[in-house]
Amino acid sequence: MLNLIAKSPLSARIGLCIVVFNIVVAIFAPLVAPYPETQVVGDVWEGMSGEFPLGTDHLGRDLLSRLIFGARNTIALAFITTMLSFLSGTALGFVAAVKGGWIDHLFSRIIDIVMAFPTLIFALMILSVLGSSLPILVVTIAVLDSTRVYRLARAVAMDIGVMDFVEVARLRGEGLWWIMRREILPNAMPSLVAEFGLRFCFVFLFIASLSFLGLGLQPPLADWGGMVRENAGAITFGIFVPLIPAAAIAFLTVGVNLIVDWFLHLASGLRN
Amino acid sequence: MKPENLLEIRNLFIEGFYENRWNTIVHDISLDLKRGEVLGLIGESGAGKSTIGLAAMGYTRQGCRLASGSIKLDGMELFDAPEERLRSVRGAKIAYVAQSAAASFNPSHRIIHQYAEGPVRHGIMDYAQAARNAVKIYDRLFLPNPEKIGFRYPHELSGGQLQRAMVAMAMSCEPDIIVFDEPTTALDVTTQIEVLASVKEITEKMNKAALYITHDLAVVAQVAHRIMVLRHGRLVEEGETRRLIKKPKEKYTRDLLSVRTLSEDRSGADKTDVVLEVRDVCATYNGADNVLEDIDLTVRRGRTVALVGESGSGKSTLARVITGLLPATRGTISFLGQPLSPDLKRRDKENLRRLQMIYQMPDTALNPKQRVGTVIGRPLEFYFGIRGKEAEKRIRDLLARIELEPAKYIDRLTTELSGGEKQRICIARALAAQPDFIVCDEVTSALDQLVAEGILSLLQGLQRETSISYLFITHDLATVKAIADKIVIMLEGRIIEQGEKTEVLTPPHHEYTDKLLASVPVMDPDWLDNLLEKRASTYLSN
Repeated sequence: MLNLIAKSPLSARIGLCIVVFNIVVAIFAPLVAPYPETQVVGDVWEGMSGEFPLGTDHLGRDLLSRLIFGARNTIALAFITTMLSFLSGTALGFVAAVKGGWIDHLFSRIIDIVMAFPTLIFALMILSVLGSSLPILVVTIAVLDSTRVYRLARAVAMDIGVMDFVEVARLRGEGLWWIMRREILPNAMPSLVAEFGLRFCFVFLFIASLSFLGLGLQPPLADWGGMVRENAGAITFGIFVPLIPAAAIAFLTVGVNLIVDWFLHLASGLRN
Repeated sequence: MKPENLLEIRNLFIEGFYENRWNTIVHDISLDLKRGEVLGLIGESGAGKSTIGLAAMGYTRQGCRLASGSIKLDGMELFDAPEERLRSVRGAKIAYVAQSAAASFNPSHRIIHQYAEGPVRHGIMDYAQAARNAVKIYDRLFLPNPEKIGFRYPHELSGGQLQRAMVAMAMSCEPDIIVFDEPTTALDVTTQIEVLASVKEITEKMNKAALYITHDLAVVAQVAHRIMVLRHGRLVEEGETRRLIKKPKEKYTRDLLSVRTLSEDRSGADKTDVVLEVRDVCATYNGADNVLEDIDLTVRRGRTVALVGESGSGKSTLARVITGLLPATRGTISFLGQPLSPDLKRRDKENLRRLQMIYQMPDTALNPKQRVGTVIGRPLEFYFGIRGKEAEKRIRDLLARIELEPAKYIDRLTTELSGGEKQRICIARALAAQPDFIVCDEVTSALDQLVAEGILSLLQGLQRETSISYLFITHDLATVKAIADKIVIMLEGRIIEQGEKTEVLTPPHHEYTDKLLASVPVMDPDWLDNLLEKRASTYLSN
């Protein structure tokens, strides 16, 4: 692994630094942040100063501290959600592609039905019925996201499934697990990893829009998407406060995608 | 004043980037091409033929670069030329016909629109004029229904027609030189003739110069005036076609010439026990039209049955029926005296183990993410439960049997092998199961001659050692003559003739067998002309 990093291109190293930086800050948030997450410490929308390096938000809380604690909630939540959606979406997609026939039809039609609802409305429906606790939030977004992953995984696996080496495995009498795990997955990895980078970022935004409707992360917990929304009004007064959490999202997105690009490059086997 | 040579390449070196450094892949090649002349470039894969062909257009594949030398096209230097000058030349003055027309056409545009793209972009003519020209050229290249055919999509044409449409497209800007890169390699013998005739038509009657790249000496002998034999990016021998074929100077050229005469020795192969028996088998893909009808076939132990026919005749479908991938709708298949379930899913592990298959494209038959050890080790583990040290020992034995050095290959990824090595690994994977019967589906058609010969003699050697039976599917009659005991000829899903090899190959033949046999190029520069003349005269007299 270290060897691999030593050989990685500059862009990948930058990406790696960004992601590691974010994770370290998130883990040691209570030590790094100058103020507690939810305490009102100053005036509303104060400018940058020695006391408040990035100023304060719409309630007078220190923006830097909220940003640091927000990294915690946002990254952990987005990561768990994306992982969950990829595990389920990929598994179902592969089964549908390999088995084909009525299983494929059944899965695909159910997914079609879920996809037919606008995601936001679907999420609203579930969250207002079941309440907005963290586990339910994670599962709901994961389920909605996994429909897209399913589509991709199924399409990719279909392409790979017609290759002769999969036929060889079938002729050998291999079971579903071997074919999915050993023949298809390694070849589907590049597409899935690329999609992972993208989905990971979409999840931030989705959580932000749910927060906007009062069903995402509940205040006073900080998350980057929510911080953009809470402070959006400041823009009209020429205060750039909402741009800071937005920049944090962009920063991490770029970092993740730089790493994803590097993975893709490795997986494609192209040299230079 | 125009220079005498249309294309002049001098001391060309080309480098490729692999193993983290630049390596020279084409060494000091010089060539001249005059108007109306066809130069054949021949050699195994990896000889640098295509690289040189592309370099003639000032182009290199990704990961390659022109290192030094000079490429003069009609007096214009292309080496290190600015992109703009190259663009104005490509297509307009020099055009390229790729190996696989099916993969080179855009599937969602009509043929004629793709034809017109070049001339319209180069500003030589407008669309209407290009379309009129297209019809003329389609007609000259013997494409059926030239007025309408351009309005079809690529998938609506056969392989041979598509390849000719590709040649027509290369002609669209009336270039001086055309580079043909293995234009007939992916075609069967009967369609190959049509394309070769088109190539001849263009080069002789239209007075164009051409570079003709192939690995098949018999093919290049039909069209080229001069031949350059290449190996490992170096020139082995160059000469006028007739001279080269009659009196090759180098040993390597002689090897290439002698490939098609593989020795045969099968004294001990007259045992009588039946391994596979197929009776009255019918099969269909859509439930209505039978693609196979009333197939009867017997394969005996230690014997090789060759299944011959052009593409679309149902050869590979029969292989799918025998392996159970496509359950037969009628008829019976029995294997080692026991009836075999038509459906793969209902066959037991023991039967699956005894009946193995080797594929046409070793590239797709091996998982690109697996290592050689895993590929060969899996059948050992799956069928016999062998793993760990014992498995590794067996894998090494198998690698030694297919003549690959175990220590060097066992940890390689399958993508790090050449085509011939990949096919050997596929054979080892089949052997690992210790089968009684192997279906070989066009196992040599994706390989060049010398490599293919190696694979065939390997298969023959294994048969002598273990008395495996083969069902050998092929469209290459030279292969059939070399290795088959029995020949089965298929046409449109039916068997039209079958019998012992000598029986089938001695006249009188079935009419179709005759045509098939006559279509195999032989090492004679006049063969194509004679054949076309003969066909034309019989066509007229009908």
